[in-house]
Amino acid sequence: MEGPWVRFALRVWAVGILLFLFIPIALVIVYAFNVSTIQSWPIPGVTLKWFGQTWQDPEVRRALLLSVEAGLMATAVALVLGSMAAFAIHRFQFFGREVISFALVLPLALPGIITGMSLNSFFAFNQITFSLWTIVIGHATFCIVIVYNNVLARLRRTSSSLMEAAMDLGASGWRSFVDVTLPLISTALVAGALLAFALSFDEVIVTTFTAGAQNTLPLWIFGAIRLGQRLPEVNVVVFFVILITIVPVVIASRLTGGGAAGRVEAVAAAEEL
Amino acid sequence: MTVGALDRMRTAGRVGRIQALLWRRPWMRAALLLGPGLTWFVVIYLASLVLLLITAFWQINPFTTAIERVWNIDNFRTLVTDGTYRLIILRTIGLATAVTITDAVLAFPFAYYMARVASRRVQTALFAAVLLPLWASYLARVYAWILILNHDGVLNWSLLLVHLPPASLGYTNWAMWIVFSYIWLPFMIIPTYAALERIPPSYLEAAADLGARQGRSTWDIVLPLALPGIVAGSIFTFSLTLGDYVTPLLVGGAGSSFIGNVVYGNVGIAHNIPFAAALAVVPVAVMALYLLGARRLGAFEAM
Repeated sequence: MEGPWVRFALRVWAVGILLFLFIPIALVIVYAFNVSTIQSWPIPGVTLKWFGQTWQDPEVRRALLLSVEAGLMATAVALVLGSMAAFAIHRFQFFGREVISFALVLPLALPGIITGMSLNSFFAFNQITFSLWTIVIGHATFCIVIVYNNVLARLRRTSSSLMEAAMDLGASGWRSFVDVTLPLISTALVAGALLAFALSFDEVIVTTFTAGAQNTLPLWIFGAIRLGQRLPEVNVVVFFVILITIVPVVIASRLTGGGAAGRVEAVAAAEEL
Repeated sequence: MTVGALDRMRTAGRVGRIQALLWRRPWMRAALLLGPGLTWFVVIYLASLVLLLITAFWQINPFTTAIERVWNIDNFRTLVTDGTYRLIILRTIGLATAVTITDAVLAFPFAYYMARVASRRVQTALFAAVLLPLWASYLARVYAWILILNHDGVLNWSLLLVHLPPASLGYTNWAMWIVFSYIWLPFMIIPTYAALERIPPSYLEAAADLGARQGRSTWDIVLPLALPGIVAGSIFTFSLTLGDYVTPLLVGGAGSSFIGNVVYGNVGIAHNIPFAAALAVVPVAVMALYLLGARRLGAFEAM
């Protein structure tokens, strides 16, 4: 058993790791209020002026709009295809079931550059020009996995006898799906959708290969940091992106009772099969 | 009976027939449910991956940069013989290894604290605290470190406070090492914690009863049992570092290209997609070997 000194050392270590994890995030939030255009520490003063200026920037607005559009569409595709696949894998035993469930998590398990690169050559090969749709295709490919895992995890925890009971009482398959299954999995669907949106909204690597000359919000940040330009606006956008990506995850984990660990569990769930 | 009601009955009959048909043939329902998603995957994703592999064996016309479908292994030969590419591949794999080891060392005591010392409530809070940074924008976290490691950043400011000379870590391999270790740390903590939590306390009590000291039982009991979890975490830290090119571009210096950077450059600037594809095969092959090894260490049961 751990002695008092060991416990103390472990506690200190834990606090250290927490500081390590959160200080950078806290700092980057503070910089959004930096009055100076030079990003040094400590910041010389606090201001809100960059928020207004960033909001007025047409480039940022266009990038934000594209990100939201791509995120919503990729989430919609992922919701339909991901939950259908989860139903099939959950309900039926068939030849190749394990192979399919493994293939479905590949987009999350393989490095993003592989997914991006292969989609890029696929588009080039089929002479598809880059558009909103190529971004949506790229994002949906990994968003499907998120929804699939959330729905599958929920289905495993709900007993199929409820649905069978509804059908014994005369409900049609569709009716029992709408009245019994759907309410049971609804929060898993919402959680999956929120996580998928957060993932899509933040994606850089696959997007650089599927966007062409278009700028999503992360691509805009990426470009601005590389060139070292308009850093005050970058600060504000980064602050905003942190909010946008964290809030859905907090809501999602509430909805699934802390179960929406997302990426880590996504791969884990497939290995369990 | 009105015409409307009759119509409804007829529709209901048709729907009922379809439902009955589907009920009798479960494979049909499975196919209907799985079909669209699977088609998406096979047509778009898997076809792309296969195409990528095939392209690696083609070449481009050096004058027009058009892809020529001539089968050869020149791309792979260049990778092996050209010292520059060999160095880049070694740098990528080396740094991925360093990051993985760093994260394992940072994560183990933390996960141990979570699993064995912290109360139930603290445990839940810590779990959420570890997951949150994972979802906070990747670029935001890289950018945070650019600000910290800057010449006028927080790091040098703190060093000055304790009367140490300023460090110039920005745009070096050290910076990449720090940023990667920071970004992927939660991926290591969670599986390690999961593995540690599953160790029955009675094992350690038994060891203590038999006279084992803390260090001995940690080394002989906890570590071997936690190893599959650590290996599971290392799959993420290793694979994610291996395939990254954003962090090297943003915080790495002039001589710190990764495999991903060369792939990116060959797709976007040089338009040599066959060569980029050949290079992209390297992380896939490395990961395949890694996963095989991890499987033997029982990492998949630990996830």
